[in-house]
Amino acid sequence: MKLKQFILAGVAGLVAAQPALAHRMWMLPSTFTLSGDEQWITVDGAISNDLFFPNHVPLNYENITVSSPDGAESAVEDGWVGKYRTTFDVKLDQQGTYKLTENGGTWFARWSENGEPQRRRGSIESFREDGLLDKADLNLSNSKRKVETFVTLGAPSETVFEPKNTGLELQPITHPNDVYEGEEASFAFLLDGEPASGLEIEISKGNDRYRNDAGLITVTTGEDGSFSFTPEEPGRYWLSTGTQAEGSFEGRTISVRNSYVMTIEALPF
Amino acid sequence: MRAKLSITALGLLTGAAHAQTMDVGIEVPRMSVAEYHRPYIAVWISHPDQKVAANLSVWYQLEAGPEGEGETWLKDMRQWWRRTGRTLDMPVDGVSTATRAPGQYTLTFTSDDPGLKGLKPGEYILHVEASREVGGRELISIPFEWSEDVSTEISETGETELGEIRLSLSPNPN
Repeated sequence: MKLKQFILAGVAGLVAAQPALAHRMWMLPSTFTLSGDEQWITVDGAISNDLFFPNHVPLNYENITVSSPDGAESAVEDGWVGKYRTTFDVKLDQQGTYKLTENGGTWFARWSENGEPQRRRGSIESFREDGLLDKADLNLSNSKRKVETFVTLGAPSETVFEPKNTGLELQPITHPNDVYEGEEASFAFLLDGEPASGLEIEISKGNDRYRNDAGLITVTTGEDGSFSFTPEEPGRYWLSTGTQAEGSFEGRTISVRNSYVMTIEALPF
Repeated sequence: MRAKLSITALGLLTGAAHAQTMDVGIEVPRMSVAEYHRPYIAVWISHPDQKVAANLSVWYQLEAGPEGEGETWLKDMRQWWRRTGRTLDMPVDGVSTATRAPGQYTLTFTSDDPGLKGLKPGEYILHVEASREVGGRELISIPFEWSEDVSTEISETGETELGEIRLSLSPNPN
């Protein structure tokens, strides 16, 4: 439950800066596991209350990238942003695992002007241009997030998990496209390239609209950044985590928040 | 309808003194449904820990049709796909074959066939998995013992997508 407190605290601190934080972000591919030489998937992205029903706002379309099995990264094309969801298609023509990522992030500045508290949200460049970085009592924080999902054509591959050593990154112990009902699945998180220990992972199965019990599972990563859970039923699962720590930016101490969300599918045996 | 399907009968001449014959009987049930497509069927042998020991047969739509390439639905035979299918370069000679209409079929293999040649005596599981477009999916797994001179007749009957699955092992008289 700590994670929830963290999220609520984040929202309270920023008031209306990012109301979407309290909701769930997700990307959902039409198919996770495919066979053949060339296939298409269509993907929905949304920030919603229910998993996986779009009912609040669409996921940001601008920052979505597709990483291919050969390591190449590309932006998505021909997407569509509706009232409640973002939709785009991806052609898969390489054998192996693709990673879809929405890379979000923003900066927050707090300072005072003639004794009046001020706050702003935006890019660090815009803060610099407007002279915010020169404010004596500036309080800076940076929020980074990844919303991800993985799709495999043919046999699973691992190229897309090559760490970039920035933010939270998923490392497969169980491949995310190799998850089955009743079998323990294990993953690990890196934070800026180091094992992320003590992270709380919140896990929820989709279709929560059709049950009374939210059915949340919370697990904590160990020393090596790993965690395990067993999907008791087949279906689509949503995993979410976040962490807040002190960091530095151009010599000043800032607060850095990292969040990570992943959608996976557990297949029936 | 061909009731008997001999994958290959070669190899017997040069084989070991004792050779085994494995018959796998597969019944594709007749369905009374509005939209019927012939099922995809995979037949393979695994070790008790599910590790694949031999790929015997895969029935699927070999040519691209109006609904795309036939390989699109291979992953719906999800155990086969997980255990072996996804690492194969389809089609596989002597393994890939077309889908079949409802009926009784027998696949005959000998211990000299490429698929069974490396099979050492021991415990194995025969798997038959069927998946039908706009239909269901069913997996039947039959544990058996494989050796030079074992004689076995085991059968199991599916509930939905498969009828009777029969495994019979008999030493070749020679």
